[in-house]
Amino acid sequence: MSQSSLRKIVIVGGTSAMAQHCARLWVQAAPAHLVLAVRNAARAQTAAADLKVRSPGSTIEVVETDFLDSQGIAAFAEQVSRGGVPDIVLIAHGSLPDQATCQTDLNECRDALEVNGVSPVLFAEAFAGKMQQAGRGTLALIGSVAGDRGRKSNYAYGAAKGMVTRYAQGLQHRLAASKVNIVLIKPGPTATPMTAKLSSQGVAMASVEEVAHSIVTGIDAGKPVIYAPAKWAVIMMIIRHLPRFVFNKMNI
Amino acid sequence: MVKVCAWGRLDAFDHDVRAPSNRLMLPAMLDASSSGLAFGMGRSYGDSCLNPGGVLWKMTGLDRFISFDDATGLLHCEAGVLLRDIQRLFIPRGWALAVVPGTQLVTVGGAIANDIHGKNHHALGSFGDHVRRLELRRTDGQAIECGPELNADWFAATVGGMGLTGVITTAQLQLRRIPGAWLQTETIPYASLEEFFVLSDESEAGWEHTVSWIDCLSKGSHRGLFMRANSVDIGAQPAPVGRSKSMPFTPPVSLVNGLSLKPFNAAYFNLNKRKTGLRTQHYEAFFHPLDNLHHWNRMYGPKGFYQYQSVVPPGVARDATGAMLHVIAESGEGSFLAVLKTFGNRRSIGMLGFPEPGATLALDFPNRGDRTLSLFKRLDAIVCEAGGRIYPAKDARMPRAVFESGYPRLPEFLPFRDPGISSAMSRRLMGS
Repeated sequence: MSQSSLRKIVIVGGTSAMAQHCARLWVQAAPAHLVLAVRNAARAQTAAADLKVRSPGSTIEVVETDFLDSQGIAAFAEQVSRGGVPDIVLIAHGSLPDQATCQTDLNECRDALEVNGVSPVLFAEAFAGKMQQAGRGTLALIGSVAGDRGRKSNYAYGAAKGMVTRYAQGLQHRLAASKVNIVLIKPGPTATPMTAKLSSQGVAMASVEEVAHSIVTGIDAGKPVIYAPAKWAVIMMIIRHLPRFVFNKMNI
Repeated sequence: MVKVCAWGRLDAFDHDVRAPSNRLMLPAMLDASSSGLAFGMGRSYGDSCLNPGGVLWKMTGLDRFISFDDATGLLHCEAGVLLRDIQRLFIPRGWALAVVPGTQLVTVGGAIANDIHGKNHHALGSFGDHVRRLELRRTDGQAIECGPELNADWFAATVGGMGLTGVITTAQLQLRRIPGAWLQTETIPYASLEEFFVLSDESEAGWEHTVSWIDCLSKGSHRGLFMRANSVDIGAQPAPVGRSKSMPFTPPVSLVNGLSLKPFNAAYFNLNKRKTGLRTQHYEAFFHPLDNLHHWNRMYGPKGFYQYQSVVPPGVARDATGAMLHVIAESGEGSFLAVLKTFGNRRSIGMLGFPEPGATLALDFPNRGDRTLSLFKRLDAIVCEAGGRIYPAKDARMPRAVFESGYPRLPEFLPFRDPGISSAMSRRLMGS
């Protein structure tokens, strides 16, 4: 199979557990041309080798990128779109900050807002224009249930993810008439290295395989919003609509 | 600290769980200052995978393949890869693991550390026989590559070594060619142990996989169902859609009890007696029937359960197995998960590896406290007199003397232990 006939899939944050499980599902379904944008290329090599074993017909490209450099992000989008815009872009990077630290250390707070909020929307913006021009493709962003309503336990992370939510809505509105799909994924707490600390505190977690499966099938279906697992759609609808006098009494 | 229990759910203990997500991170996480233990899927029944109050290195995040050679079938992977994922990926390509246990939801590291066996022991031995190389990380920072021809002493200590010689980080496994995902299987009812041993003997030459379910409560004559299977080439067929179900909660009492056991065993025997003869089955249905019922271990209620698995040498296999079944039937304890099979004429290459020639009997017992434990004492006596041994991966209670008599290579093993690694079982059976 020639490379040009492979589906081109770009994953930003390609070493995150969620991204890797999505990548496995994609390449195992059919060989693909995968581009993993990562902060640390050495670490990504283990992920790339894994995908290559799973799908010898796929090509896996690792690109080291500074996630906070707007110029770099634009250049990255430009570079990977040469020879055809991607069929799928999944923006999956992020890191879970400690809320208490964000309240006392403003540097930490700014970093959390930038890496979870500003950076993903810049990647989205960089690709949205190219996809709009080409008139095709799916752009998927990983938001979070935390972005649905600010809660005292993680509103720094929640605010950044809320930004991703609002940005995705705007892109959906802008591209409604085009054939470009914008997909916003809102995972609930998922057992990944990012949430290892939460899980050690006894928070119930969905398995990353299950969440990746929801993401991949949701993207294939072009759903505008995916809660993963699906039960979070109901839970968050209730949480969003709780009157303030009830909500403020809750320890969540 | 987070509560962790083993598969038998006898008790949950606080552990400091640390989860490496990349094998490059692991060396920095291993420090000799606090005693830790590698933990995979927690499918060991008793205390060999627990380290109460200490550190568990959760290995399931190290689940990457490293390389695969389609010409030779040599697979290099991280230790946290599940056997299920290897099978699902490579069987469609005509390669499979040589040895798989009753559940494929275990890690490669766990399969090596317990030198697990399957239904084809007489044909292909145990898991360790197909490991070509592994990397061991010691808590003092040392990395040791070992295999049957390289640092063979370290390899023999690590295969079946219950994770006590260091953390297994990667392994090279020799897969073998198979025609596809399907097996031709045959079920034959038997009415006595004599019949079982005759069936076993005559099946060894022509059938790769043999196993039997035995009705542990049938007194006098021991009825059961003998199952044997071979890989078969029926072309590419879609796998049956597996309905995966889950035991959603732990019932307040064990569902396996004096009232349920007898009728269940009778019904199981009589229903399956009708399904005798040849059939074509998917490998997952034949090898791993319980993997689609998640959390089945909850059915034994809040007190959990024990599994007792022994192997007794061939010369006394008939008598010792008969004696154990007699004691079990008399006690009225036991469950419908009772398995009897023979091992082939080969020993585990591991110093503490369980498989050795003879007959192995495995039974689940709901935990009923002293009643259950005193039954085990009587079984221990039979196993020890027969010159047999008990499987540590299933054990939560064997006395030290029983362990030492069953594993004469223990003194040879001890110098290979990593002083920064300890489990509840190692403290119980080896003193540290």
